[in-house]
Amino acid sequence: MAPETPDAPNNPTPPVQRRSPVIQPGYTFGTVTDKIGSIVLTQRFGVGWWAGFLFSFGLVMMLFYAASYLFLKGVGIWGINIPVGWGFAIVNFVWWIGIGHAGTLISAVLLLLNQSWRTSINRFAEAMTLFAVACAGMFPIMHLGRPWFAYWLFPYPNVMGIWPQFRSPLVWDVFAVSTYATVSLMFWFIGLIPDLATLRDRATKRIHKIVYGILAMGWRGSAVHWYRYETAYLLMAGIATPLVVSVHSVVSFDFSVAIIPGWHTTIFPPYFVAGAIYSGFAMVLTLAIPLRAAYHLEDFITMRHLENMAMVMLSTGLIVAYGYVFEFFTAWYSDNAYELFVSFNRAAGPYAYWYWTLIFCNIVAPQLLWFSRIRRNVFVLFVIALIVNVGMWLERFIIVVTSLHRDFLPSSWGMYSPTRWDWAIYIGTLGLFLALLFLFIRFLPMISIFEMRELVEETSSNPSGGGD
Amino acid sequence: MATRRPRVYGLLAEFEKPEQLLAAAHRAREAGYRRMDAYTPFPVEGLAEALGRHHTGVPLITLIGGLSGCAAGFGLQYWVSKIAYPINVGGRPFNSWPAFIPVTFEMTILGAALSAVLGMLALNGLPMPYHPLFNEPRFALASRDRFFLCVEARDKRFERGETRAFLESLTSRAVMEVENL
Repeated sequence: MAPETPDAPNNPTPPVQRRSPVIQPGYTFGTVTDKIGSIVLTQRFGVGWWAGFLFSFGLVMMLFYAASYLFLKGVGIWGINIPVGWGFAIVNFVWWIGIGHAGTLISAVLLLLNQSWRTSINRFAEAMTLFAVACAGMFPIMHLGRPWFAYWLFPYPNVMGIWPQFRSPLVWDVFAVSTYATVSLMFWFIGLIPDLATLRDRATKRIHKIVYGILAMGWRGSAVHWYRYETAYLLMAGIATPLVVSVHSVVSFDFSVAIIPGWHTTIFPPYFVAGAIYSGFAMVLTLAIPLRAAYHLEDFITMRHLENMAMVMLSTGLIVAYGYVFEFFTAWYSDNAYELFVSFNRAAGPYAYWYWTLIFCNIVAPQLLWFSRIRRNVFVLFVIALIVNVGMWLERFIIVVTSLHRDFLPSSWGMYSPTRWDWAIYIGTLGLFLALLFLFIRFLPMISIFEMRELVEETSSNPSGGGD
Repeated sequence: MATRRPRVYGLLAEFEKPEQLLAAAHRAREAGYRRMDAYTPFPVEGLAEALGRHHTGVPLITLIGGLSGCAAGFGLQYWVSKIAYPINVGGRPFNSWPAFIPVTFEMTILGAALSAVLGMLALNGLPMPYHPLFNEPRFALASRDRFFLCVEARDKRFERGETRAFLESLTSRAVMEVENL
């Protein structure tokens, strides 16, 4: 380099940025490492953490109690009946699985699309996926009636000489959800390995050294290892992308392959996948906003992240709205008396209040996100995310209950109302989800440290044009 | 060929910036060193190539894993539905392959993902709890903010004094001798 520019000091007028940066400037490899690592290694647990953890752990105890009573008494303690054989269990299953989808989307799809803003949110979004799938997976098993035979769902050689029915979407579900859980776990874990090595090397307490040392598996950051690692990570992203689309499609087949009016539509797979991403991003926002405030991570999870997530929420919300419109259109266009009745009954039947609340939550409220003033207001954004979470739960409730409660013959009509055991189990899984998250943020780095170092490297070389 | 383990594992040069390490890796390769590796806190583009690695077996392993999962998934369903446990439902075909696609797909994904992760770990020789490099206290910074180049003692051109002088000439902050305990 010729010395034609005398080492241009800090340029007096930094380029005006219309959008917030993905990481506040001024961080180095070392400070980024210390800031995220210290949350796990040195920070005190604090009253807030203990209060939150113990509260959610109390809810976990309630879940255990309710589940034990369920196993003792059977599904009769729930509100399900004939005709509404699928109550809260399936509503909650679909809701939780959907929430999980945002984590995979952020970690895999945004990686393939080269979106650098994914870096500071992918780790805890993936953790959220895992915990949501864990909550989801419980519901079909509890709904079995005889959950101690859950292993019959898997094809294994047995003395009875029988095998699962592979033409049934319920068996596809078993494969889809268990593959999803396995792949999400592996994706999350290989993402963690370099950070576990960082924690091992930075740890001062013996217990930290031993536990993180075992989990890091001797990772030492060799260039050759990184090369294979990056290849595997990219391949995993490419594998997880079609997987995440397939999982919620298969979940939608549980409904759409049946001949129940209101379920039997071809729009279900894409509309379920969009809804999953919608609710998942709402949940990521619900978690990210308090977390960044509690652990002072505003420099890493910037307004840029929140705005981008709000925009993803708005666009997937519009796809979901399109799905609602098309359900009505299909019913009208089919000219089938039962399909028409289901649509009419949703909007004006006994569950109409729930339906219009759903429309408000999922379609009306998110329209505020068109305005950047709203997207940049953290509190309003948090409230909208909560509303969308509720709305997406109501959507599954409407799909499950309104389609079932009016059978083909009026003599078999019924009503569904959840019992306190339904609520106890649902709220119990919320507690389990939160308790696992509380443990996660204290024992594992909630932001990917090595990817943040990479981001520091990229952003430090970009504006000045230096680096090669 | 050597039966006795050398007392020295190699010489470790420490750098502050990834570009310095990348340049040093190129220089070391030009100087004829082959048995060496670099250690960085995050993946540095082009570093593996600079060290003479242009291929990894991971994609092939993943492909084989995916195809095996696919074959196993479809094969299982075919065998169950046609041979082991055929159920005649209104004369419909036993091998109703379109209904077998979702499970076949999921098994393909599972096979590919498992082999990508396990293949990567196996090729990297992990888990490996002990490694001579961990004897050097400064090596802990390889997972924080420092970049290291290690020329191993088993390299044919390795000669303690000469290699140390060479590494010191490469804008390195320090050169350390790593013991092979």
